Amino acid sequence: MSWISKTFSSSIGRKIIMSITGLFLCSFLVVHLIGNLQLFKDDGGQAFNVYSHFMGTNPIIRTVEWVLVLGFGFHIYESFVLTRRNKTARGNGYVTDHAEQNSPWQSRNMGLLGTIILIFLLVHLYNFFYRARFGELDPDINNNDDLYTLVATSFKQLWYVILYVAAQVALGYHLVHGFRSAFQTLGLNHRKYTPAIKFVGYAFSVLVAAGFASMPLYFYFFK
Amino acid sequence: MAGSNPNAKPMNLTLKVWRQKNRTTQGQIVDYQVKDISPEMSFLEMLDVLNEDLLRRGDEPVAFDHDCREGICGSCNLFINGRAHGPEAGTTTCQLHMRKFSDGDTITIEPWRASAFPVNKDLSVDRSAFDRIIQAGGYVSVNTGGVPDGNEIPVPKDIADRAFEAATCIGCGACVAACKNASAMLFVSAKVSQLALLPQGKVERKTRVENMVAQMDKEGFGACSNIGSCAAECPVGISLENIAILNREFLSAKATSNNLA
Repeated sequence: MSWISKTFSSSIGRKIIMSITGLFLCSFLVVHLIGNLQLFKDDGGQAFNVYSHFMGTNPIIRTVEWVLVLGFGFHIYESFVLTRRNKTARGNGYVTDHAEQNSPWQSRNMGLLGTIILIFLLVHLYNFFYRARFGELDPDINNNDDLYTLVATSFKQLWYVILYVAAQVALGYHLVHGFRSAFQTLGLNHRKYTPAIKFVGYAFSVLVAAGFASMPLYFYFFK
Repeated sequence: MAGSNPNAKPMNLTLKVWRQKNRTTQGQIVDYQVKDISPEMSFLEMLDVLNEDLLRRGDEPVAFDHDCREGICGSCNLFINGRAHGPEAGTTTCQLHMRKFSDGDTITIEPWRASAFPVNKDLSVDRSAFDRIIQAGGYVSVNTGGVPDGNEIPVPKDIADRAFEAATCIGCGACVAACKNASAMLFVSAKVSQLALLPQGKVERKTRVENMVAQMDKEGFGACSNIGSCAAECPVGISLENIAILNREFLSAKATSNNLA
């Protein structure tokens, strides 16, 4: 085994992959959220459809899309490897364990939160991404695929709205731990900057989760 | 047998103690009653009372690790009521006193749980994995020859203080015990950052962190997920900042050392 594969298969190396892919996925969330804010534009979805047409056809975006797939892939794969390793490391558990007295719930349940997000992701990809890329959508008045109407009708279904909002709550908690944790793993812990990282992490988590959750709620209640 | 304080009322307690014959057998929780426990006793003295009772009855006493009973040696290691070293922060088991409990309480006492810390017997676990991690790199080379002048190598006060904070780690293993992942990174990071901060540790700086992390992984400890249970339960308050230092040291050593293996 070369020193590179040894480094990234060690416990710290795998954590570093988790943190770098995690921060990359955070940057994706920002782009995704800002783009989707066009759903709120009251133009019958024209702007949103122009945007989704661009995202689906631009060669640079299509290339970065594969980087995104790799980012998700490594993040999920490493989480499985690390979780298995960590469960083996504990062995027989405690009869009485009061971990809630020494650490926050979300920090101890990143795997559970991540699994909820993964299930959401699969449903989300099937309903929007798969249909937009491989399905047949009716054209809008500018002859762009009318993804907006698909979004609007999907978010009229109550179970769908509940799934989305619940998944955003899980995402928010995942980010509350994940954001600051990524910096810590990369060794970026400093008494001058860590308080700011923690604050930005909280604000980021709340903004992203609330931003995404507002979309299904907007369509369900106000459209 | 109340202590010197006449107001200290003796307590009767129910203990749920992990009993395990040896490494290969299955253990189980066994209930015991202890009577007339003085609130001024330490937790370990309370267990001494239990063991005297057991010996009088012809039963096998409960095995548990202890040595200095002053909170310095890092030998005592009990998981009490679901917490490493019990409910009080910044305290080893031997420095935990029975006044923290009340008459009639039920107390669950378990050994540290980690695959890398196999249970020897009852509450006593084998922590030699820590010794092997130290052997892998937790040392500095000292040259023979004339004695150097005490102040020949200047060390800034704040660096000396931070190295000393890391050096206070007593190697008890509470970090491993409290961690959901049974990760030893708080322990390893305390040792790595203590030596990385000081000029004496610079000689083996890169090989130290590479070898200690390799040994830590080999022993079967888990990977840190920055939960923070370890630092919260650490009896001497080793901070999570050390784990960030460990990660930095590891990454820069891997990127720049001459070790191709």
